[in-house]
Amino acid sequence: MMAANELRDIPHEPVTSPLPEQCEIAIIGGGIMGLSLAYNLTKAGLRDVVVLERGYIAQGASGRNGGGVRQQWSTEVNIRLMQESVALCKRFAVELGVNVWFRQGGYLFLARTDRELARLDKNIALQNRCGVATELISPAAAQNIVPELNLEGIVGAAYNPTDGVLFPWPFLWGYAQKAVQAGARLFTQTPIGGLHRASHGYTVHTPRGAIRARRVINAAGSWSPQIGAMLGIEIPTWPIRHEICSSEPLKPFLRPMVSELASGLYCSQSMRGEIVGGVNLPGHGASYDMGSSLEFLATYARRLTRLMPTLRNVKVLRQWAGPYDCSPDGNPILGAAPNDPDFFMASGFVGHGFMMAPIVGQLYAEWLGGGTKHDIFDMYQLARFTTGDDSAPKEDFNIG
Amino acid sequence: MSDKVFLCRCEDVTVKDVAHCVARGYADIEEVKRYTGFGTGPCQGKECLALVATELARLTGQPPTAIAPFTARPPLTPTPLGLLAEDPAAHRFADDPLDISPSDKPS
Repeated sequence: MMAANELRDIPHEPVTSPLPEQCEIAIIGGGIMGLSLAYNLTKAGLRDVVVLERGYIAQGASGRNGGGVRQQWSTEVNIRLMQESVALCKRFAVELGVNVWFRQGGYLFLARTDRELARLDKNIALQNRCGVATELISPAAAQNIVPELNLEGIVGAAYNPTDGVLFPWPFLWGYAQKAVQAGARLFTQTPIGGLHRASHGYTVHTPRGAIRARRVINAAGSWSPQIGAMLGIEIPTWPIRHEICSSEPLKPFLRPMVSELASGLYCSQSMRGEIVGGVNLPGHGASYDMGSSLEFLATYARRLTRLMPTLRNVKVLRQWAGPYDCSPDGNPILGAAPNDPDFFMASGFVGHGFMMAPIVGQLYAEWLGGGTKHDIFDMYQLARFTTGDDSAPKEDFNIG
Repeated sequence: MSDKVFLCRCEDVTVKDVAHCVARGYADIEEVKRYTGFGTGPCQGKECLALVATELARLTGQPPTAIAPFTARPPLTPTPLGLLAEDPAAHRFADDPLDISPSDKPS
């Protein structure tokens, strides 16, 4: 069976095939986190891995995000994680045999107040200590990088040339393909109906049948609380709809991802030439509603055309939405559940799980494969919300 | 039909491209959209969706009625940012910068 799997080039199982009776590790969720985990676990030698995805690949937030990959964060742990992720992104096409159109055009954060500028300055000092070459630059210098900028009201910017953007979908396909070739099995259209503790692990119930798993990883993103609840585990994250849109393709002109700190406006130009971007639209509360609104499109257009007036005649082709998996302290939830040492979490990435997934999957695989347990699995464990442990540094730069 | 026939003219997706996509296991019409890019150009599927769905039905041996269209995305037609910026729906826009938390707490 292993030999047959190694020859497989179809990533996921036919919709009619039943689940195997058991596996070593069941991963719930076939988004970027689940697939990165599957890839890295098989690479670490744990081949008896099953991924259960309730819809199709790229149906959830992983297929709906803007593809930004940045090292400009406000805590040392996130900066260092993202340095690793960027390094992995650079090797991704070669290692996984798929072009993800990763382009390091930099990230430009624009400040409109001195308070925002001071916040950028403080983060830059930390980023520089970690070896990220972010610079605090003048409005004029920002305009040298993006000549289309309207500098009115801009007081300064942070710019790191090695941040970048990628095309999210092939990232998923690349992980899925290599994981399956290494022995993992990927079942799409397989929602979880129930999850129970068993004598040696867990039983996972699906419409395709039940599977016994010695260990379970909850990588269901914004839907993670529902999976946790099946075991009586409260995961305190909530979904916030974030809308995004894409323009007609234009000739390449915009090098960096541009983001306006105050409004959460961001936009970048994809390798297909489209301007892809969004803006914060607060006040709608927690919801799994993934509908699109004119309010978003109009607000985005108003803010974007103020910042780059030359885009007024550019046409929007398509808008959509995806959920941010928001956590109480802006940090993810990782590691094992307090009383379930074989139930692991990968939730609460507040809209930045895509860029974190390459390194988080690798660190998880090192640990679960019997190697080193990285600090993040203690620092970001679920128990911090009940024990009142607030030693994890607060991340305040979940922008855009 | 020649496998060089274009099904999606905006994104140059041919009969052969769709067959390749299905052979790779991406046979849900939403997956075909993402894998081939069909329906993501200026027409947003208005010209190509039925053609690709018909071909997908043929390749997978399903009746055409079994294939639902992919999710329709606004706007209805390509719309200039300048026009959208003037829409009253942007009413919450303020010129004063605001520090806005990305994670509205649940009420």
